[in-house]
Amino acid sequence: MTCEKDIDRRGQTAQGDEDDGDARTGRRGFLKDVGKAVASIGALAASGTALLATKQTAQAAAEPGPPAIAGYDWNEHQWGYGIDATRCIGCLRCVEACKAENDVVPTAHHFRTWVERYVWLEGEERPHVDSHSDPDNVAASGSEKEYRFDNRYQGKKVYKAFFVPKICNHCRHPSCVQVCPTGATFKTKDGAVLIDHSYCIGCQYCVQACPYGARFFDPRTQVTEKCTWCYHRITKGLKPACVEVCPVNARIFGDLNNEASDISKFVTENRVQVLKPETGNAPTCFYVGLDKEVS
Amino acid sequence: MEGTFHASSYIGYVYPNETIIPWTVMIVVYPYMTGLVAGAFSVSSMYHVFGMEKFKPVARFALLTALCFMLFVPMTLLLHLGQPQRAFNAMVTPHLTSAFAAFGYFAAFYTLLLMIETWFAFRADNVIRARNSTGLVRTFYRTITLWSDDISEKARAYDEKWMLSLAIIGIPAAHGLHGYVGFVFGSLKAREWWGSDMMPVIFLFSAVISGIAALIVLYTLVSKLRKTPIDEACVRGMAGALWGFLMFTVLLEGLEFANVVYKGKEGIEVIMEYVTGPLFYRYFVLQFGLGAIVPIIILGIMFMRATRGKAFIAGAVIASLLVLMNVFLMRWNVVIGGQEIAKTMRGLLHYHDPGGRDGLAVALTVLACPLVSLSIL
Repeated sequence: MTCEKDIDRRGQTAQGDEDDGDARTGRRGFLKDVGKAVASIGALAASGTALLATKQTAQAAAEPGPPAIAGYDWNEHQWGYGIDATRCIGCLRCVEACKAENDVVPTAHHFRTWVERYVWLEGEERPHVDSHSDPDNVAASGSEKEYRFDNRYQGKKVYKAFFVPKICNHCRHPSCVQVCPTGATFKTKDGAVLIDHSYCIGCQYCVQACPYGARFFDPRTQVTEKCTWCYHRITKGLKPACVEVCPVNARIFGDLNNEASDISKFVTENRVQVLKPETGNAPTCFYVGLDKEVS
Repeated sequence: MEGTFHASSYIGYVYPNETIIPWTVMIVVYPYMTGLVAGAFSVSSMYHVFGMEKFKPVARFALLTALCFMLFVPMTLLLHLGQPQRAFNAMVTPHLTSAFAAFGYFAAFYTLLLMIETWFAFRADNVIRARNSTGLVRTFYRTITLWSDDISEKARAYDEKWMLSLAIIGIPAAHGLHGYVGFVFGSLKAREWWGSDMMPVIFLFSAVISGIAALIVLYTLVSKLRKTPIDEACVRGMAGALWGFLMFTVLLEGLEFANVVYKGKEGIEVIMEYVTGPLFYRYFVLQFGLGAIVPIIILGIMFMRATRGKAFIAGAVIASLLVLMNVFLMRWNVVIGGQEIAKTMRGLLHYHDPGGRDGLAVALTVLACPLVSLSIL
């Protein structure tokens, strides 16, 4: 698997700056031009130019340019994600694949995707909930880089239990994008919510604003991180790593513009739900098999 | 390299990424300082705009206090940012839907306003100082007056006119800046403890009481140090304002809490577990009890018994110190408290001080900086 990360606003990868010419049409190119202009006309004109730059670059932040990826047109796609919670067996291959594919911080406190376990014991009204990052589960694994659920319910009378995979919901009205003070995080035309790591100031306002806990602060790079739906893969016609490795097809990904796609079928053939609809975030991650206790 | 981070312990279920609390004590100090600025400016405006003569002895001092605190407000945010060198991105390319994008403009505008108003307030004094000194000292005072040398009646009237205009603009600016900090928290729907319409109002009222309390303490302290007599009528005026605003503030905070409990929405169990458990001591006992009810009683008794002289000053200072603690705890219980209640509404986290540039030691140092600058000025 490739490990191309750091996708910026134009969808370029850190390793793949092959098309620098086009990049000049983006915000950075514009800023360079502004910089040159300012240098030449002197300090007096600088304030006026800065005002102009502010106005125009603010527009650029609101409307990111298309990604410079050969053969990919983001106007042609509308990506969607599906999770069939009734199928998930809690094997956590998705979590490990995501960590490896995207070079996610290898600890039990940084995840782009995770799996929750809900267990009702006989005689109890509310479920016990945990995830693989629970200290007991980490102890059972013996490592913060490999994940598993322990056997804590062995011998107990369980009357209902299931797993729920979680991931960034790539919302239609993402509260993280709303609050970002610089526009470093943005919604793409094809539906993904991405972060321009070179522009993020690391204020973590977005981490606070996400109702789903999908974002985290990367202690190595000092900027915010989250799921990209493996944008470097999907723009090449591949599936996200978590979907690719799921042995039971609990995770579904595809193009909502294509009626024959897995995700279109998943959404039309099932009565799907989203998490926390009351927030108004309108997720594009659709669920089957949720329970009233899942939020 | 995995980088350093501080994971929090927790009970119940929290989202895996939540184990690292995003906003630290630095974000507690930030609204505390903007609150002190807004409150101190209010006291200054009571004389400069509303002509309340009894506040005259502290009016200019209040202005200087506001400026000293305001100068260090951005420091708290810069120390918190992962990439502080990019902070100006938010001003150069502001993302206009962000409640935080306008902070740079707000803060810069208000700081400038404060600087100009302070310059006018102290201009005549500095001109006199320049005239009465020689050598480098003279050059220094000449420089900070920007080489103005006119202290005629007409020039002073001109200063006054400017100060009035600036103070009038400053009132909405100071309170806008702070109310907007309240909005940043109140508009975050992801957190039950924050997402409230009353948040900006509560922030504003608590800002006013913290500013008045800080001035009572600083004014008496400075008078003692300078061995100048304390104007009791002035302290009495400030203590009265503190008393009144404090009652309003406590009522608003109580109503806010009552709302959360009475509505009893999903997740109320975990909120009740939090307020009766880890939060009980620092919320009910310290913030409400010792920080609000006790000073209300102290001030109330003193006003009822018409206490005078040193006893009144001592009582007012004690009440003010308690109010300062109250407001700091209010900021703490909002900022840290909101993050200790998990977004899952199924678990509670325990905040650990991360140390380093984002930790308590540096935060207290930043909080002390305005006091040091104030003593120098």
